[in-house]
Amino acid sequence: MPVLSDDKIETLKAKAKTIRQHIIKMLALAGSGHPGGSLSSVEILVSLYFHKLSHNPANPKWEDRDRFLMSKGHAAPVWYATLSEAGYFTQETLWTLRKLGSPLQGHPDMQKTPGVEMSSGSLGQGLSVANGIALSGKLDKKNYRVYVLLGDGESQEGQVWEAAMASAHYKLNNLCAILDYNGFQIDGPIEKVMSPLPLSEKWIAFGWNVINIDGHNFKEIIEALDKAEDVKNKPTIIIARTVKGKGVSFMENQYEWHGKAPTPQQAEIALKELS
Amino acid sequence: MARQGAYASTGRNCLKGIIINYMELKCTREASGNAIVELGRKNSNVVVLSADLSGSTKADEFAKVFPQRFFNMGIAEANMMNTAAGLAVSGKIAFATTFAIFASGRAWEQIRNTIAYSNLNVKIIATHGGISVGPDGSSHQGIEDIALMRVIPGMTVLVPVDAIETPKAIFSAAEHQGPVYIRLARLKLPVITKPQDTFIIGKSNILREGTDATVIACGIMVSSALQASELLAKENIKITVLNCYSIKPIDTGTIISLAEKTGAVVTAEEHLQIGGLGSSVSEILSQNYPVPVEMIAIKDRFGQSGEPEELLKEYHLTSKDIVTTVKKAISRKI
Ligand SMILES: Cc1ncc(C[n+]2csc(CCOP(=O)(O)OP(=O)(O)O)c2C)c(N)n1
Repeated sequence: MPVLSDDKIETLKAKAKTIRQHIIKMLALAGSGHPGGSLSSVEILVSLYFHKLSHNPANPKWEDRDRFLMSKGHAAPVWYATLSEAGYFTQETLWTLRKLGSPLQGHPDMQKTPGVEMSSGSLGQGLSVANGIALSGKLDKKNYRVYVLLGDGESQEGQVWEAAMASAHYKLNNLCAILDYNGFQIDGPIEKVMSPLPLSEKWIAFGWNVINIDGHNFKEIIEALDKAEDVKNKPTIIIARTVKGKGVSFMENQYEWHGKAPTPQQAEIALKELS
Repeated sequence: MARQGAYASTGRNCLKGIIINYMELKCTREASGNAIVELGRKNSNVVVLSADLSGSTKADEFAKVFPQRFFNMGIAEANMMNTAAGLAVSGKIAFATTFAIFASGRAWEQIRNTIAYSNLNVKIIATHGGISVGPDGSSHQGIEDIALMRVIPGMTVLVPVDAIETPKAIFSAAEHQGPVYIRLARLKLPVITKPQDTFIIGKSNILREGTDATVIACGIMVSSALQASELLAKENIKITVLNCYSIKPIDTGTIISLAEKTGAVVTAEEHLQIGGLGSSVSEILSQNYPVPVEMIAIKDRFGQSGEPEELLKEYHLTSKDIVTTVKKAISRKI
């Protein structure tokens, strides 16, 4: 496991800042997209791509790479910005988000974007796919790990629980789910719309190892990812408490910013706050 | 003697009166199960998933031989399809097995968004297609699956006609890059093809040639069409019978040339008229070579319980129905 020095944490923080700026710029240029759930997942993706994952941007299909999947596909901007920063494609590509012919589709497309392991956008499906990849890894006696990012609203989908049952049934300890617990979905707070709470108890009941953390704290995220690796017989879910819209004052905890792009003026204010 | 044996072994599935009585009946599900085992022997990347119907879909054959590569996903079809997607994206050829109604209905959006959109190597083995499922009734009779699968961009849809053709369909599907939906019946089906007959995705086979009309059929309706051709021959009406096992891609060239040659077409399928083989043929002919087209299919109506033979009669899917419909199509020739 790579060591997490204070210097490293500072580097990760800087990456997170850059990625947040990219997200705002991308969305403003696209004129549509999802800032809230992109901004809430930044530290999670940065921890994975710049610290935890074994991967090779020059060879995205390297067969022993760790896999990351984004089940909450609407948060594509944070994935794209991270992949670009990691070297999978140029920064200029980011500014083509959602435009005709762009490799950066509104939701992730594995056939168009280097580094995107699996297409998504329809919620509730990613954990099942991650199970398939983890099963395949076991079958092939590979050491790669599979990470999948879920939304808290997304966990209202029944299929998430079909998959949760299966991950535990097949003892997929090479699988680590991360729940972006930002408390909001499109129509409002998750508890008001359709409460998926209590979260930990549910996952424990489904046979998972559960770790609760602050999803914006690099040390906590990375420690949790490390701990997950030591679990022998079950899959792990990291329930990461986050703030939807994190980093942009007028977006934080405002569910109206789930799926709305900032105007050029709003983007300017946001970028100032993020600089 | 052999004939009697074949009937005796089919019990309540006996289809005398529907199919030609000299034909041997064989289970396509068993043929499929065995073919997947054979594939598994040749290719260690072949995996099979089941949704608690392993005995019915014959996925259990693979489970017995390759327990490590068999995954029972429980009664969770949506999850099964996406798990298959995950296995496929990791280099496996994943056979996902369940009944046609649940494969195409319950898991449609998983197939559309996660399997087909990314052109993944998931091969869906959908047994119990059609109304001939029988006594289980409407909830278990997949009668709209061809339509549901056909509309998905890039999806391949195959309906092998008998136990000889079924392994060919399975092997072709395994070689094909991308998702394939294979529809099988519950019933034992009459064996009408030969081992040396070709099976190519996007092609079809002409089983009888005649110039008065063409019957384009799939699945169980192919043998009924053959029977109809014998009945019609007695009235000096000579028809062509096409075994259209590849519903998508469909054999456009052959369909157009047969329309040209015979001037009238009847389609026959054990599926809803809306969106099935008949629709597909009409799409081609209306654009390329309009001739009268009549369709034998289930009209806008659900299935129900009953013996297969009774249901095929009730829903007008018999060789007699083909005979009258062929005459109607011929009478419409200009
Ligand atoms: C199956 C499905 N239903 C509905 C949607 C529309 N949708 C997109 S995002 C979203 C809310 C997601 O909330 P959550 O999972 O909490 O994501 P986050 O707050 O992290 O952005 C919905 C309903 C969808 N993409 N897929």
